[in-house]
Amino acid sequence: MAGGRRARRPPWPGTVVTFLIRRLIAAIALLVIVSMVTFAIFFLVPRLTGATTADLASRYVGKSAGPQAIHEVEVRLGLNKPLAIQYWDFVKGIVVGSHYDFGPSKVYCGPPCFGYSFINQTPVWPDLLDRAPVTLWLAAGAAIIWLLFGVSAGVVSALKRGTAVDRLSMGLALAGVSLPIFFTGLLSLAIFRDKLGWFPDAGTYVGFTQNPIQWASAMVLPWVTLAFLQAALYARLTRAGMLETMGEDYIRTARAKGLPERTVIVRHALRATLTPVLTIFGLDLGMLLGGAVLTESTFSLPGLGKFAIESINNNDLPRVLGVVMLGAFFIVLANLIVDILYAVIDPRVRLS
Amino acid sequence: MRRSIPLVATGLAATLALAACGGGSGGSSGNSGGDGSFNAGLTRVVNPSTKTGGTLHLANAGDWDNVDPADTYYAFSWNFARFYGRTLMMFKPSPGKSGLELTPDLAQGPGQHSADLKTWTYKLKPGVKYEDGTPVKAQDIKYDIERSLDKKTFPNGPTYFNDYLDLQGYTSPYNDKTPGKLGLKAVETPDDSTIVFHLKKPFGAFDYFAMLPSTMPVPPAKDTGANYKQHVVATGPYKFESYTPGKSIALVRNTNWDPSTDPNRKQLPDRVEVQLGINADDVDNRLINGSLQSDVQSTGVQAAAAGRIQTQPRLKQNADAAPTARLWYVAISGDVAPFDNVHCRRAVEYVADKQAMQTAFGGPLSGGDIATHLIMPVLPGSKDMNPYPSGPGNHGDIAKAKQELAACGKPNGFKTVISARTERTKEVNAALAMQQSLAKIGVQVEIKKYPQGDYFKLYAGKPEYVKKNGLGLMMMAWAADWPEGFGYLSQIVDSRVIRDAGNTNLGVKDPEVDKTLDKAVVTADETARNDLWAQIDAKVMDDAYIVPFLNVKGLMYRPPSAKNTYINQGLNGEYDFVQMGVK
Repeated sequence: MAGGRRARRPPWPGTVVTFLIRRLIAAIALLVIVSMVTFAIFFLVPRLTGATTADLASRYVGKSAGPQAIHEVEVRLGLNKPLAIQYWDFVKGIVVGSHYDFGPSKVYCGPPCFGYSFINQTPVWPDLLDRAPVTLWLAAGAAIIWLLFGVSAGVVSALKRGTAVDRLSMGLALAGVSLPIFFTGLLSLAIFRDKLGWFPDAGTYVGFTQNPIQWASAMVLPWVTLAFLQAALYARLTRAGMLETMGEDYIRTARAKGLPERTVIVRHALRATLTPVLTIFGLDLGMLLGGAVLTESTFSLPGLGKFAIESINNNDLPRVLGVVMLGAFFIVLANLIVDILYAVIDPRVRLS
Repeated sequence: MRRSIPLVATGLAATLALAACGGGSGGSSGNSGGDGSFNAGLTRVVNPSTKTGGTLHLANAGDWDNVDPADTYYAFSWNFARFYGRTLMMFKPSPGKSGLELTPDLAQGPGQHSADLKTWTYKLKPGVKYEDGTPVKAQDIKYDIERSLDKKTFPNGPTYFNDYLDLQGYTSPYNDKTPGKLGLKAVETPDDSTIVFHLKKPFGAFDYFAMLPSTMPVPPAKDTGANYKQHVVATGPYKFESYTPGKSIALVRNTNWDPSTDPNRKQLPDRVEVQLGINADDVDNRLINGSLQSDVQSTGVQAAAAGRIQTQPRLKQNADAAPTARLWYVAISGDVAPFDNVHCRRAVEYVADKQAMQTAFGGPLSGGDIATHLIMPVLPGSKDMNPYPSGPGNHGDIAKAKQELAACGKPNGFKTVISARTERTKEVNAALAMQQSLAKIGVQVEIKKYPQGDYFKLYAGKPEYVKKNGLGLMMMAWAADWPEGFGYLSQIVDSRVIRDAGNTNLGVKDPEVDKTLDKAVVTADETARNDLWAQIDAKVMDDAYIVPFLNVKGLMYRPPSAKNTYINQGLNGEYDFVQMGVK
């Protein structure tokens, strides 16, 4: 290696541009496929049981509505059109917007128009924009906590293998991965809100700009509860990675070179360990941004996850499509960022 | 790793112990004080107060179908709408049986009808104003009724006006070319304070239609169609400050509401705030810790809270087991053999272990009372009967059931299917109890589960699907639109309302029942009408198309922080929100 010719690095910025364009095309293709699959599930599955378009329309009328009322809703929602036309109308709305009949007048819904809710006729896109910050705050806050505590616990546990510290942190990790969030969530509300009164606003979300103190009071328990679950996983993952890496030849070499132990651990061992951690982190963060369903439901946070569940329960197709596509977008975006970060963390990626 | 398990177990035990302490205390002050006792809210006003001020905090685990009076069908929505809207008639603001009586709201008195019961006239009270101070006119009531007819724009609301008014082809004010968009001939407004309804068929209890939210006035100039929900113009004691679907509602005092025109409502709190989409268990916890005054959905507390209330006297004193006009039953399809034979249906009636089914729904306190016929005691005119006694302890009469099976020509039993909604554990457990009951007489039952969102629309409420898939038995529930025979029975016993999908009646196809129903709706005298409902009850039970097993009760919690609290039976066993205060 010492006398060998050093491999020449490809032009890094150019590679990034190509890489981004490739990923962008893939992301758009993925979103199209996701929307088609969601559309198909929504309309084709009921048809397999013999449901007609009038039956589908009857989901969106009052309990004793007659055939005329059902037919009018069928027409208004466009359910009587061929499926391909309905899908085309949906895509067209996203790209160029669409007009909707509000009774006395037609309302223009500008792009990206994900349509209007089948249930309460509110536009989907503003609803998504309204809900997304809640999920973003939740995911960001929890991610900081779980990365900080999870990775630290994993490193310490690996370095103190077999000691009481290792057992305690791994015991907590086991509890974290074993306890469902609706259990730890309700438990934390019972203890820290109802019993101790530390977070009186937990379960009562208000926007950050509306009342920052109440916002923080409402967010602490969801952050910690969600982070407890995720940190456990990251601690176990980091510990396993660190144990494996610390046994590698290059660690021994680094120590033999006389590098300080801190440098060996942080620059050499932890850096290598972080690559798989980052992979999982990208996926987890993307999934959470698409909606932390259980956490949001438990703590009554009006985020995307709760929005998704409500929409699915109501058979509200435009909302389901909107939230599914936004979720898919976040997952694609998170993975893209992770791919870029790989190159920052691990030089070998840049060379490949 | 083995040594980590005791650590986890210790930690878990400690946490649970802490939680148990929290649960035991039930919060710091949320359940102390108050003048209540168990079920006090059924017969009297609990924590009476005339003090004004404060904020009434409510929560809803879900959301509204719509706050627009032309487009709402949820029971809690009809109750809540009384904060911001006034109708021609309303249920008396009173605990006990008197809550079942109608009283004039915008109207000066009950409707005056023609001899043939096809024309109904109401005179309006003078001096009623909108929140902006403009006077309410009879034409505005007509306008909202016209809006409610437009099912393309407002699909959620009931269709009583569509079905009974002599529409003559009228569809919507939005297609109406007449000046003022008041072209509906079936409703006349000879002057600003008179409204006349012309029906295409006689109807003796029209005052109940006059209680529907679609008789709330809407000023045509303020109507924005489907967007009107963003700001409904108030006539009640409160007006909208904000409504964010899925998140919150805030109401504030309507300064143009005049109590002298409205003896039926109070205006005690300064504000009413509703949080939407709150975890149902957390709603209960907050009720118990006193930070909420009521649960908007009003269907009773969840299982966890029900357990605490039933075992802790200091919580139980603040609870009411409210009877409702809601029935759980098993519908029997006469289109699925061998249930085309009345004796096979009667075998099911006899063998049902109603006690087990009641337990599946939470027992007598949080589930309800065992039902033996259709019309429950809370409805006016209910006559007690038990045509199919289900043996000691209500565990089913196997001997009688076997006799009926033999008469049906199936002495060794048969195979059939029972349907239930997947997400509803209690319903599935009741279906399981039915399965076990029928097994005792050799009837093998397969339980098929379907998603609740499509249960009536695509599966158990769709005759074609039911027949094709052999659903002989179907778990069903039905709540009256209002506590009176027509509002309760018309959708579950009239063979002529059976449509392609979305049915709650798939079995009762008896011309005699239809005939009696027609007779009841043209009977103006309430006592005579109630007798006819009771006759229908007896006939349907004799036909054995329905196995009623539970008259539903909701175990409701009223924290001491809620003042003027009582169950209004006219509102189907809900707390009367518009009377409540917090001081």
